[in-house]
Amino acid sequence: MGVADKQIKVGIRTIWDVPKEEYFGPGQLTCAGCGPSLAVRHILKAAGPNTIIANATGCIEVTTTQYPYTAWAVPYIHVAFENAAAVASGIESAIKALNRKGLANTKAKVIALAGDGGTYDIGIQALSGMLERGHGVLYVLYDNEAYMNTGIQRSGGTPRFAWTTTSPVGSKIRGKVQSKKDIMSIVIAHRVPYAATASIAYPLDLMNKVKKALDALDEGPTFLHVFAPCPPGWRIDESKTVEIARLAVETGVFPLYEWDHGKFRLNPPSNNHIDKSKRKPLINYLKPQGRFAHMKEDEIKAMEAEIDSYWDYLTKLLKAFG
Amino acid sequence: MTQVLEKQRERVVVGKKGLTTNYAIAQAVKDVDVDVIAAYPITPQTTIIEKLAEYVANGELDAEFIPVESEHSALSAAVGASAAGARVFTATSAQGLELMHEILHIASGLRLPIVMAVPGRALSAPISIHGDYQDLMNVRDTGWIIYIASTAQEAYDTIIEAFRVAEDPRVQLPVIVSYDGFLMSHTTEPVEIYDPKVVREFTPRRRNTRPILNPENPITMGALATPDWYYEIKYQAINALKSSRGVIDEVDSEFNEKFNRSYKPVEGFMIDDADYVLVTYGGAATWNALEAAKEARDRGLKAGVVRIRLFRPFPANDLVKALSNAKAIAVVDRAVAPGSPIEGPVFKDVYIALHMADVDKPMLSVIHGLSQRTMYIRDFYELYYRLRDIAKIGKSPQESLFMGLR
Amino acid sequence: MSELKSWTQIPMGGYITEPKNSMNNKTGSWRTQRPVIDQDACTRCRICWLYCPEPAILELDKPYVAKNGRKYNMTFEINYDYCKGCGICANECPVKAIKMVPEVVQQ
Repeated sequence: MGVADKQIKVGIRTIWDVPKEEYFGPGQLTCAGCGPSLAVRHILKAAGPNTIIANATGCIEVTTTQYPYTAWAVPYIHVAFENAAAVASGIESAIKALNRKGLANTKAKVIALAGDGGTYDIGIQALSGMLERGHGVLYVLYDNEAYMNTGIQRSGGTPRFAWTTTSPVGSKIRGKVQSKKDIMSIVIAHRVPYAATASIAYPLDLMNKVKKALDALDEGPTFLHVFAPCPPGWRIDESKTVEIARLAVETGVFPLYEWDHGKFRLNPPSNNHIDKSKRKPLINYLKPQGRFAHMKEDEIKAMEAEIDSYWDYLTKLLKAFG
Repeated sequence: MTQVLEKQRERVVVGKKGLTTNYAIAQAVKDVDVDVIAAYPITPQTTIIEKLAEYVANGELDAEFIPVESEHSALSAAVGASAAGARVFTATSAQGLELMHEILHIASGLRLPIVMAVPGRALSAPISIHGDYQDLMNVRDTGWIIYIASTAQEAYDTIIEAFRVAEDPRVQLPVIVSYDGFLMSHTTEPVEIYDPKVVREFTPRRRNTRPILNPENPITMGALATPDWYYEIKYQAINALKSSRGVIDEVDSEFNEKFNRSYKPVEGFMIDDADYVLVTYGGAATWNALEAAKEARDRGLKAGVVRIRLFRPFPANDLVKALSNAKAIAVVDRAVAPGSPIEGPVFKDVYIALHMADVDKPMLSVIHGLSQRTMYIRDFYELYYRLRDIAKIGKSPQESLFMGLR
Repeated sequence: MSELKSWTQIPMGGYITEPKNSMNNKTGSWRTQRPVIDQDACTRCRICWLYCPEPAILELDKPYVAKNGRKYNMTFEINYDYCKGCGICANECPVKAIKMVPEVVQQ
């Protein structure tokens, strides 16, 4: 089956193809308008009941499993903050061994689920180990761009200039100094069969990518970087979560793309955004967010330059690996 | 009766090999047919996992060997695998044991029957690869069942027992089997190997005795517990550890029937009439103490040795029984608890156990063998004479004796 | 508030054995504003249902004839037991058929 075939095979074409079954919530303690909550809801719809979740400590873990209540209708385990990938590796190996030895007959697929905290920083070692060893696990990173659960502290996934409690805007230092770590490039360096970015504002795209990623597990590990805004952390109105996620894609801040068996592909609408004039102005994305409210003209220009440079890089990738 | 037992043992014992304790453990892990091994190399554990990797590569052991990227991930992967229903083994020592520390508490809190071998090694700083029990002492409160073996045979046997105890529905706790780093892990002893079929009969796979991660019955493991719930959930594990003693004794008794070997949680040597007793753990300390005790006896001193094999849950009653008639007792610790009223960690446990039972004897805390500083037989011999003097004075020395310190 | 059971009455290891029993937790009590769907304006596009993070929008096999004569074989209703009042549904509705109104507390 060639790469082109996998590209055409799309399970969810329209909104009416989205499965009705809910394997997650309601009743969880996530904030009103929580991006990650919506992400998990969609991911489980696409993954279905034959899924085992290994979740790292974070917003989702704390709000969905407060004893004696759980929001999960699939098997779920939480161990610690930095080891979702290691725990998932163990589960995957157990299933392999038990099935092979005739001690079990399970078709369950394993998803490691962690936030940007548990992935970019404290969880990077376990992630790299899992990818290097080639476990058949889908790693889903839900990115709300800071350690939100502990009160909005900066992570390696926090964008430059953003206000957080540990990268505050003061007279000497104005927001986060470092740029957002390029986690997708790190993942791709492990030569995994499939990795993609996705967003809660493009749920059909997200769900299809989940299906594709799960389908590829017999070849090795797969990875999804899911953009999931956080109203309290980003200082946006809680009704704007999906809108902001959409603007991130439309302004080119968070492009949608896939690394599909060594082939790089930009997904709609990002496939039109190589031409800068087709991207919405960056200010549309920044203005509604309190975490960027302090930004001056020169800082906005600097951020724009960074985005342009990233798109340069993506254009080159498309030429080389498209 | 003895003939029948001998014949039975002949069927059960299929060979006698010269094995290091590490290789004996690898053999046992193979014999119980584990499903998943997740381990990271660290001296002096390396040869266990090297041998296991060999078994898996040769198809002698049908298991998934996960060469994890750190010890923290080793135990994390073991937790995941065990939660998914697999029989799991790992091993580590010193810095590795420290690195996985938070997961130790989680493994027992999540009630997972993982078995881990820990050849004891000194803790950095300064960094040392040599053996002692500081690493083990640092994990004594993590809620795991802890055995300390004194011979390669015992380690082999204990690994088999450990899986049986861990997986018992009345226990459901992880188990550590510890022993001397280097002095046992890397020295060769004769070990009788059992028929793996018999070993597997002794450690049967039990279905449906514990909830596992399975889509047929979706459960949530590792929930967040608020102050309203943490206490009760933790207490279950605390109680399980305490009451595991019953199962441990049961398993030992059955092991004896099957394999004709029995190990008591506390083992006494020449203690029935002993005036002066050394309490030890592990191989080198115990066997050297025994040599010294024999020499002391030759010179008219009523010397004895008590070895602690089951460290957690602590066998208080057995110790009280073994030590009630002694005139003076020394506990030889190969580990230190700095800043404690007395710096011997096991000394503290023994002292408390005796005093809770109103057994008040002069007791000496001895620290020796740190980072494998040689524990000479003459050192133990000297201790018996010290105990004689202490018994005369009738009072416990107020400080630990740091033996061999320059 | 769930009953506070004793350590002998709860499953081992803090395991939660009933899937999605979070549904016992009616998060609807959180809201300060509630969405109201104008069923005559609603075109049954499914977008609100798709974007609710809880989810607190029910897709029901309830036929409906709108004021403009349009016939629908389904209806979307807010599940007020769980709706936290975030307003994403109102924000995303392409025909602005959902209004956020203040939550009135029963005196």
